[in-house]
Amino acid sequence: MSDGVDHSKRRTLTIAAGAMGGVGGAFVAVPFVSSMLPSAKAQAAGAPVEVDVSRMEPGQRITTEWRGKPVWVVRRTKEQLEGLDKLVPLLRDPNSELPMQPDYTENAYRSIRDEYVVLVGICTHLGCSPTFRPEVAPADLGEEWLGGFFCPCHGSKFDLAGRVYNGAPAPKNLEVPRHKFISDSVILVGADDQGVA
Amino acid sequence: MKNKLLEWVDERFPLTKTFNEHLAHYYVPKNFNMWYFFGSLAIMMLVIQIVSGIFLTMNYKPDGAAAFGSVEYIMRDVEWGWLIRYMHSTGASFFFIVIYLHMFRGLLYGSYKKPRELVWMIGVGIFLLLMAEAFMGYLLPWGQMSYWGAQVIISLFGAVPFIGPDLALWIRGDFVVADATLNRFFAFHVIAAPLVLLGLVVVHITALHEVGSNNPDGVDIKKDKDANGIPLDGIPFHPYYTVKDAFGASLFLIFFCIVMFYWPEGGGFFIEAPNFVPADPLKTPDHIAPVWYFTPFYTILRAVPSIAGSPFPGVVAMGVSTLIFMLLPWLDRSPVKSIRYRSTTFKLWVAMFVVVFFILGFLGTKAPSPLYNVIGQICTVLYFAFFVCMPWYTKNEKCKPVPERVTDK
Repeated sequence: MSDGVDHSKRRTLTIAAGAMGGVGGAFVAVPFVSSMLPSAKAQAAGAPVEVDVSRMEPGQRITTEWRGKPVWVVRRTKEQLEGLDKLVPLLRDPNSELPMQPDYTENAYRSIRDEYVVLVGICTHLGCSPTFRPEVAPADLGEEWLGGFFCPCHGSKFDLAGRVYNGAPAPKNLEVPRHKFISDSVILVGADDQGVA
Repeated sequence: MKNKLLEWVDERFPLTKTFNEHLAHYYVPKNFNMWYFFGSLAIMMLVIQIVSGIFLTMNYKPDGAAAFGSVEYIMRDVEWGWLIRYMHSTGASFFFIVIYLHMFRGLLYGSYKKPRELVWMIGVGIFLLLMAEAFMGYLLPWGQMSYWGAQVIISLFGAVPFIGPDLALWIRGDFVVADATLNRFFAFHVIAAPLVLLGLVVVHITALHEVGSNNPDGVDIKKDKDANGIPLDGIPFHPYYTVKDAFGASLFLIFFCIVMFYWPEGGGFFIEAPNFVPADPLKTPDHIAPVWYFTPFYTILRAVPSIAGSPFPGVVAMGVSTLIFMLLPWLDRSPVKSIRYRSTTFKLWVAMFVVVFFILGFLGTKAPSPLYNVIGQICTVLYFAFFVCMPWYTKNEKCKPVPERVTDK
């Protein structure tokens, strides 16, 4: 059957050639796969941004853009901050135990200064941007609503500290990005004393 | 002269041979009914989409800053641009109508059963790729629904454990859906996916012609052949079915044109209202829903609750709900193919599946509410029960006797 052909040698060479070709193919794939990662330009556009909060009224929310994502700053009123304490039993992670914020905002109001909370306005469920619903007990959101954010896509609810309600499809609180006050009225989003996000 | 030319070609390329093998001498059961229009209609839709798509790319700009404007430019300023664009957008919805009916035909007459398992599986592959193609195409007009639809679906990949966030970043090419995402979706939508799609269609038809078509009686026509080896119940595809399919195509096109000319937005189902607003990364529309052909699977995604803070189970359920069609040839254990001769039990399961599919589809177009969630969860369970319970309700099924030859009902 062998006809003078060394089948074992032929098989070894076939496997070796195939393996080498496979390794070469994997190397060739690297530039193609990598080309789909964010480019240098996209990364540069993700630099920290400054937000001027000097003209914010209590209860107001402003939206800014960081890395193309909506970032909200909410200046909460005294009543709203008191409301946050009442909501605790309705929330999934009221004490911010999951790592969705830098450690300096792991407090009841998820903020550096009680009044101002900074949140990435992207629902932790599937990436929609929730709507700001500051009113108390509107018809569609129920008696217990003390203001917060409602996601129109899948109905997730968050309070005014971005903490998610029990039973919502969103699994985690809204992300608090790294930020710091560079003066009394200007917040830098995307960087803090420990560096750039 | 004509024959001389044909001979010249035939000596160099198997033109006549291929024509005979796949058309003139390809024998097909003589008892096809209306359901058998949808295979050839699917090919026609593919051609319509490719041709209208090519002409759209002549004026479309895959650029985050220019895309929305270029679509409006096509609609208003390009000669007949509105027609080509509506042909493409209406065509997408009609493509799915045709594909769903084509798949349902397979379910009715057991066309997925031995020896047509591969025909079926390749077909499911085409269906999955078509969904990817449609999803990527939907981003291109860069309207609000385009943008946020893509945002939600790409986030699904972000739910994959461990590698999720990096995977989503890699797919988007930016921290959010952005110009980079639009550009690559354009590349996949106009080149990569159609190329593979065409290849799969060729493989689908090659596999079909190897085993021959099933028919509404589910009878194997190759059992009874005449002296020349031609099936007694078979007729050549050309001219018999080319004429029949041409007739079906003209009826279908009348219907297609009525929608394309007078109802191109399809009541908000074919082109959704928020898509007339340019994409705004900072504001989600009040209500977002995928286009109608994705809604049954979208409801399944929403119905499955998160586990341990991860929406991944819902993502898996949605994926499985589409992939599970692949297993149909092995889940169905009844020896009888056609529903005409199958038990009432099986008919009831199929009827239930159809109803559930429509309810899931309806729910996917609606904003979430507690009642809808419960209905969605019940329907999700029933959807999977249809497949999972199939080995039991089809085993030892009480079927009627199958005739020896095809009937002319």
